[in-house]
Amino acid sequence: MNPLSYHRALSTADALSRAGDGAARLLGGGTNLVDLMRKGVERPSALVDVTALPGTIEATAEGGLLIGAAARNSAVAAHPLVRSQYPMLARAILAGASAQIRNMATVGGNLMQRTRCLYFQDAAASRCNKRIPGSGCEAEGGFNRYHAIIGTSPSCIATHPSDMCVALAALDARIHVAGAAGMRTIPLVDFHLLPGDRPDIETLLAPGDIILAVEIPPSPVARNSAYRKVRDRASYAFALVSVAAGLSVREGSVEDVRIAFGGIAPKPWRAFRAEAALRGGPATREAFEAAVIEELAGATPPPEAAFKVELARRTLVAVLTELSGSDR
Amino acid sequence: MSRMQNVVIETVKTALGWVPAQWLPGGTPDPLIERRVALGRQDSRLDGPAKVTGLARFAAEVPMERLCYGALLHSTVTRGRIARLDTAAAEAAPGVVLVMTHRNMPRIGTLALIGVSDLSAVGNSSLPILQNDEVRYNGQVVAAVLAETQEQADHAASLIEIDYAVEAAKTRFDDAKAAARTPASILIERNHVLVGNAAQEVDRAAHRVDNLYRTPGHNHNAIELHAVTVAWQGETLLVHDATQMIAPSANALAKLFGLKKQQVRVLSPYVGGGFGGKGLWDHQVVAVAAAKLVGRPVRLMLSRESVYRMIGGRSPSEQRVAIGADADGRFNAIIHTGYSVMPPYGACPEQYTMCSRALYNAKSFEIVQHHVDLDIVPNTYMRAPGEAIGTFAIECAVDELAHQMGIDPIELRRRNEPERHPLSGTAFSQRALTTAYAEGAQHFGWERRLAEPGARRDGEWRIGMGCASGSFPYARMPGAHVRLTLRRDGTVNLSCSAQEMGMGTSTVQVQHAADRLGLPVEAISFDMGDSALPAGSMAGGSSQTVSLAAAIMAATEKLTGELLRLAGNDSPLAGLRARDVQLVDAGIGDVADTARHESYRSILTRAAREEVSVIAAGSPPLEMLKFAMHSSSAVFCELRVSEVTGEIRIDRLLGSFDCGTILNPKTAASQFKGGMIMGIGLALTEETLFDARNGRIMNATLADYHIPVHLDVPEIDVIWTGIPDPRSPLGARGIGEIGITGVAAAIANAVFNATGKRIRDLPITLDKLL
Ligand SMILES: Cc1cc2nc3c(=O)[nH]c(=O)nc-3n(C[C@H](O)[C@H](O)[C@H](O)COP(=O)(O)OP(=O)(O)OC[C@H]3O[C@@H](n4cnc5c(N)ncnc54)[C@H](O)[C@@H]3O)c2cc1C
Ligand code: SF4
Repeated sequence: MNPLSYHRALSTADALSRAGDGAARLLGGGTNLVDLMRKGVERPSALVDVTALPGTIEATAEGGLLIGAAARNSAVAAHPLVRSQYPMLARAILAGASAQIRNMATVGGNLMQRTRCLYFQDAAASRCNKRIPGSGCEAEGGFNRYHAIIGTSPSCIATHPSDMCVALAALDARIHVAGAAGMRTIPLVDFHLLPGDRPDIETLLAPGDIILAVEIPPSPVARNSAYRKVRDRASYAFALVSVAAGLSVREGSVEDVRIAFGGIAPKPWRAFRAEAALRGGPATREAFEAAVIEELAGATPPPEAAFKVELARRTLVAVLTELSGSDR
Repeated sequence: MSRMQNVVIETVKTALGWVPAQWLPGGTPDPLIERRVALGRQDSRLDGPAKVTGLARFAAEVPMERLCYGALLHSTVTRGRIARLDTAAAEAAPGVVLVMTHRNMPRIGTLALIGVSDLSAVGNSSLPILQNDEVRYNGQVVAAVLAETQEQADHAASLIEIDYAVEAAKTRFDDAKAAARTPASILIERNHVLVGNAAQEVDRAAHRVDNLYRTPGHNHNAIELHAVTVAWQGETLLVHDATQMIAPSANALAKLFGLKKQQVRVLSPYVGGGFGGKGLWDHQVVAVAAAKLVGRPVRLMLSRESVYRMIGGRSPSEQRVAIGADADGRFNAIIHTGYSVMPPYGACPEQYTMCSRALYNAKSFEIVQHHVDLDIVPNTYMRAPGEAIGTFAIECAVDELAHQMGIDPIELRRRNEPERHPLSGTAFSQRALTTAYAEGAQHFGWERRLAEPGARRDGEWRIGMGCASGSFPYARMPGAHVRLTLRRDGTVNLSCSAQEMGMGTSTVQVQHAADRLGLPVEAISFDMGDSALPAGSMAGGSSQTVSLAAAIMAATEKLTGELLRLAGNDSPLAGLRARDVQLVDAGIGDVADTARHESYRSILTRAAREEVSVIAAGSPPLEMLKFAMHSSSAVFCELRVSEVTGEIRIDRLLGSFDCGTILNPKTAASQFKGGMIMGIGLALTEETLFDARNGRIMNATLADYHIPVHLDVPEIDVIWTGIPDPRSPLGARGIGEIGITGVAAAIANAVFNATGKRIRDLPITLDKLL
C-alpha cells in the first residue's frame, strides 16, 4: 500500500473541495477500496472519508424512499420501510457478502464497487484493459466462469458484482450526485456503463463527483417481489446469476413487471425487453420462457460462463412463476 | 523412495512374518485398554481457556525488543531468470532495514526433503532459497524486505523492480502426462502392484465399471497464517514458529546454517491449524538469514496471498478406477491407476491408490501411480493426502457398480469385505467396517433411501442419499521421546517437543498419563512445543497420539523400575519386579495382592528424593509391519439438488468410524467433524484456479477460493464402534485425517441418487448439474 493522507469530511462542501483533487478517492466502509489498495490495483495518495455525510433513510413526499449514501448496507436491509415496500431490496442486500462486511459497507460504496474479475485484481502479474486500457484482457481464454454473457465488448467481459444494485435497477432508483457543477440526478440504469473500448470508465460520475443519496420511487409492483441469487456456496459468494423481479398479475395477465439480472453483465442488467414482452400478456410459464429467451438472445458468453444463459433462463422463469402464483 | 528401499522394507516384513505376534509391541494388548478412568472421558481441552482469553501466544505474537518486520516478494513468472533487479527505491523507502535478494542472501545449502527414509528431514522443497537468479515456479520468493513496521516493509517490497528473462515452463497437466515418472515406491509401499491379470479380468467380468475421476489442486487455508519470529542470541538461534515438526525443524535449520543442534531452539506451543501445511518452507529460512544479516530479531508473517503462492497444497489428480465383478458382485479385479503432480524438488507423492490396496478383496489388482512434473510450488501433505481423493475415485466406482447391478451399495461392499489384507495376506490388527456400516445405516435411516435416482422430491428439490467408505492407515513414528518427572508431592510433569495444533494433544496425553500412573489428571502437567525438550514426533500422518503414548508407556516402565529400586527392602513391595506390579492409587501395587502397595510419596520420601526423572523413547513401531492396521469409516449423506439451478444443499452428514479406542469423545468428535467439513469443501467448493497459461494461482484469497461456510455445513453426526485395536498403544489409531476420507464420494453418490447424474469431476459445482 502506498503512503497516503486521510481526511474525514464533515460536510458535503468539505468533501467536494477535497475530492476535486484528482488523486483523492472517497472512502466509504473501505471493504472494497482498501482491499484493492492492498493489492496495488488502486493507488490513491489521499482518502476522503465520506461516512460522516448523511446516511439517513427517509420516506419521500411522493411515497418513495431517500437513502443517504453513507447508510450502511445492513441498516438499509433492516429498515422497516425497505422491508415492507421493497422486499427485494432487503433480500438482495442480505444475499451479499457477510454480516461483518454489510455492517461496514455503505450504499455509495456498494454502487461504486469494482469487478471481482481475478485478473483485474492481480495487478502484480495480469494484463487487464480495465486497469490499464489497451494492455489486453487476460480473462479471455482464462478463468471467466464469473464473467458476463451480455453487454460485453472485445475489450472487457467483467461483471458488475453488486446484489444491491440489481434490486435498485429493477426499482427505477435514481442516484443523487453532487459535483463541481452542482447537483444532478441519474437513473441507476444509466449510471453504470457498458465497457465498449473504455472499460476503465465504469460510471457516469466525473472525477470529484460524490454520490449523496439513492432515491427509490414508490413502486406498487415491488410489494410482490423477490430476489433470487444463485452461487457456488450457500452464502458469502458472488452471484453466478441473480434475479430481482416484481410482478403484478390481474386476471391472468401481466399488469406490471420489473426484472433485473445480476452476475451476467457489466452492469446491473435491467431486462427491458423481457418486461416489454410480458406487459399486458399472459402470466404463464411459456410467456416467461419466451420473454427471457428474447432478453438473452444477444448473449455471447465466454466458454466457462456458457451455462449462465440456461441458468439465467431457469432462474427467472422460476422466480416469475412463483411471483405469479402468490399474486393470484 | 528407491528400489533399494522396496527391497529392504519387504525383507523386514518377511522376517517379521516369522516372529510370533506376542513378541511384538502390542502383542500383549496394552492393559489400559481395559483399565480406563480418565481416558474415554469428555475432558475439555487444557489449552481452551488460554485460547479463549487470548493468553495463548502464537508465533506472530511473541513480543521482542528491536523487532523488525518482513515482507516477501514473489515471482510473477513461472520459469526464467532475473534479468534486471532494482532495489534502490525499496532501500530508500522509509523505515527499511534490509532488502535481501539472491545477491546478498547468505550462501546456504538446500533442505533435505521429508521422506520415510530420513525421519529428521523436513523440507517441502529442495530448491535453493534466494541463492541464485533462477525462477522455478510462479510465486517463488525472489526478495525479502525488513523494515521498522509491517506497513513499511509491505510498501517497500512493492517498490522492488524486477524484469525476468522468461523461459518455457511446464504448466499443463495433460501435456506433461506423456513424460510422467513412475516411481518404484510410494511412501513405504511398492508403487506398481500387479496381482493376476486385472485388465483381462475386467474385460471378462459379468459387471464392470471403468471411469476416470478428476480432482483439482487445493490450497492450505489454516486460520493462523504461517509465521516466524526469529532472534539470534549470540551464537544461538531462537525460532518462534508455527510448525507441525518442531524437533526436525530445529535440526534442519541447524544443518542449513552450520550450527550445532543445541544452538537452535524452535518454540511452537500453539499452532492455529496445520493440516500438513505447517512444515518447513522458505519463509523460516529467509527470516533466519535476514535476522543474521541485520543483527536484529525478525518477524515474518505471510500474507494470505503468500500462503497460496509459496506453501504447496494438494496435488490435482486424474485417476482411473475399473472394477470387475461376477454375477454375485464379488470383485474379480480392481484397477486403480492415475496421475498426480510431484515436481522432482517436492516431497509429497499424494498416495491416492493406498486406499484401494486395503478396502476390498479382489481376485486381481493393478495399481500404479504416475508423477507429472510441473513447474509449480511443490505440493505437500494436506489432510489425508492421497486417501482424501483416492477414496473419492474408488468409492464412487463401487457405488456405480452397485447401481448397475441393482445391489444396495452397502451390501456390495459387505460381499467384498476382506478377512485379511487383500494384497499382503497379513492379518488386520482390528477391522470392523461392516459394523460401522450397520450402525451408521441404522442411525442414519438408510432404509429410507430409494435406489432409483430422482425418486424423492420436495418442490423443486430432488433429494438423495449416498454412502461411501473412508480409510486411513495407522502410523506410529519411531523415535518419539518423552521426559517423565515424578515429584515427591505426587505430581508428574511430562515434557517433549510435541505440537499442539488445536486437536487436544496435551489434554489427551494428560488423561493417558493419569491412567498409566494411577493419578488424577490434576496431578499431571505436560510441557510441549519446544525443541529444547526431548524430541517428540512430528504431528503428521495422524500418528502423534499413539507415538507419544508409546513414549509415555516406555517412560512409565522405566520409572517403575527406578521406583522399585528406590523402594528397596523396607517397602511392602520388596522383592517384586516390574512385571508383578501395577501403578494404582498414586503408587505401586502388587497385581496379585492389592494389600501390597506403597505410594509414590512414601517411596520418594524414604529415598530422600525430591523427584525421579526418566527419559524414554517409544518402542520401534514393528506392529505396523506385522499387521495390516487401518482405520475405516462409513460416511452417509443426505442432500437436495435444485432442479432449477443445480444448487446442492447438504441436509445431513453422518460418519460412523472404526478407529480403535476413542480416547476423548469431545476432542475426537471435533477432529472427525472438522475432517468431514473439509470433505464438503473437497466435494463441492474447493478448487485452486491454476492458470496454465502462466502457471499462476489466480484465486489466492479466501474470497475467491471457496471453503465451505457455515450455511454449507449441516448438522453432522458422528458415531464410532470404539472397538480397541489390540496391537496399538491404548488400543487407539489416528483420527486426525480419516474424517475427510470418503466424504466426497458419499456426497457425489448422494448427488447421483438425487439426480441420476454422475459427476466424476470435483468440485461438483452447480453448472455440472444443469
Ligand atoms: C469478501 C467479500 C465478499 C463480498 N460479497 C459480496 C456479495 O456477495 N454481493 C455484493 O453485492 N457485494 C459483495 N461484496 C462487496 C461489498 O458489497 C462492497 O465491498 C461494499 O458494498 C463496498 O462498500 P464500501 O462502503 O465498503 O466501499 P469502499 O470500499 O469504501 O469504496 C468503494 C468505492 O466506492 C467509492 N465511493 C464510496 N463512497 C462514495 C460516494 N459517496 N460517492 C462516490 N463514490 C464513493 C470509493 O471511492 C471506492 O471507489 C463483498 C466484498 C467482500 C470483501
Ligand atoms: S474481463 Fe475486464 S476486468 Fe477482467 S481482465 Fe478482462 S479487461 Fe480486465
